[in-house]
Amino acid sequence: MLSKRIIACLDVRDGQVVKGVNFEQLRSAGDPAALAARYNVEGVDELVILDITATLERRRALADTIRAVARELFIPLAVGGGIRTEADAEAAVAAGADKVSLNTAALADPSLITTLARRYGSQAVLVAVDAKRDGDGFAVYARSGQTTANRDAVEWAREAEDRGAGEILLTSIDRDGTKVGFDCVLTAAVSRAVSIPVIASGGAGTLDHFVDVFTDGRADAALAASIFHYAETSVRHLKDYLHQRGIPVRR
Amino acid sequence: MPIALIDYGAGNLTSVRKAFAAVGADLFVPTTPAEVEDATAVVVPGVGHFGATRALGADWVSAILARVGEGRPLLGICLGMQWLFEGSEEAPDCAGLGLLAGQCYRLHPSAPSGQGPSDAAERIKIPHVGWNAIELRRDASIVEGVPSGAQVYFTHSFVAPVTGDTVAVTDHGEPFAAIVQRGHVAGVQFHPEKSGEVGLTILRNFVELVG
Repeated sequence: MLSKRIIACLDVRDGQVVKGVNFEQLRSAGDPAALAARYNVEGVDELVILDITATLERRRALADTIRAVARELFIPLAVGGGIRTEADAEAAVAAGADKVSLNTAALADPSLITTLARRYGSQAVLVAVDAKRDGDGFAVYARSGQTTANRDAVEWAREAEDRGAGEILLTSIDRDGTKVGFDCVLTAAVSRAVSIPVIASGGAGTLDHFVDVFTDGRADAALAASIFHYAETSVRHLKDYLHQRGIPVRR
Repeated sequence: MPIALIDYGAGNLTSVRKAFAAVGADLFVPTTPAEVEDATAVVVPGVGHFGATRALGADWVSAILARVGEGRPLLGICLGMQWLFEGSEEAPDCAGLGLLAGQCYRLHPSAPSGQGPSDAAERIKIPHVGWNAIELRRDASIVEGVPSGAQVYFTHSFVAPVTGDTVAVTDHGEPFAAIVQRGHVAGVQFHPEKSGEVGLTILRNFVELVG
């Protein structure tokens, strides 16, 4: 049986891992390569590097970060933030990324999903959907949660799949950094709508939050950052807990 | 001990080279079929579409088959493993190497689930992405030191059939061949370069086959 994946996310700015609350109030959490090495030993299933303030002049720094993280890592590595063009994706893959995550650029030009899926395969293309509750639905936001994209999250996830995305990385802006739990309603709505894996993100605070998102939320994978960075919870402890509750994990 | 890593534009060569380096093996990427002659062994990596193997024309195929005919080991990874078989329904007009008998086929997704909470665990999504267990069916040198039930990283939609060459199977709604070996020809459907220590053990076993 396919294991539910635990994914650690490194939000990187200027080569340092930072993590904010509701995308703001960033505080430093350390060296990305050191954190990656620790997660690898603890048994994390996958790593995501999100360059949260990617700008043109910093792209070289991101490639250095990817290379440093990938050096001793023999698990999948995804890179997002600032992947705007095919050339950006090529640079990330060349530096050692197995997958690239598209967000704002895919909303602006959805054909980029197809272009990259044709070139690298769908398994290499994540579409990151940042969503916020909006009445009974979920509105998609671009530019790190700053701009509304005037799209419904479920409908956008379906379109991303049709265009060639291999996975959806679904972040609840409402829950990001709050540690009150994943938005299981949002996650289940998207997971039901698509046939590709859905990675739930935003709100992890306790071990039971992961149980909830894998059952009620129907997530295929769960991503967290701060809960792991500050050593509040080890990945190994989390997986033991999930295993005891009958959720299949790699141990 | 040069091992040839075949590049047909669809594989992540960086990761594969890095993982082989971690087990002490240097890989070179031949730019012409003639350069395959120097290889002590051949690795065919790959992700993507079966049709991508068309990039390797008849010259490449005969160069690879010549090495295999001389008894040099061959490892196919993911799409590279499927290419060891006769063909795939993913690209019916594109022949495989035909070293192993059988046709590759697409995994069968379950229908989109209903609204009840109980069916969450049963839904089979395609592509098959993530960590899953391998169940050993028989002894083989490629799985020396690998326990049955070990988890490895998959990302694919098409699979090879379970045959007498199957060493290990994985279940994703249906059992399929996760590891195959026939003499010095071996294949893995998952990505050993992304499968932690278990993956490195399998690569080490292949390198030992090279001698």
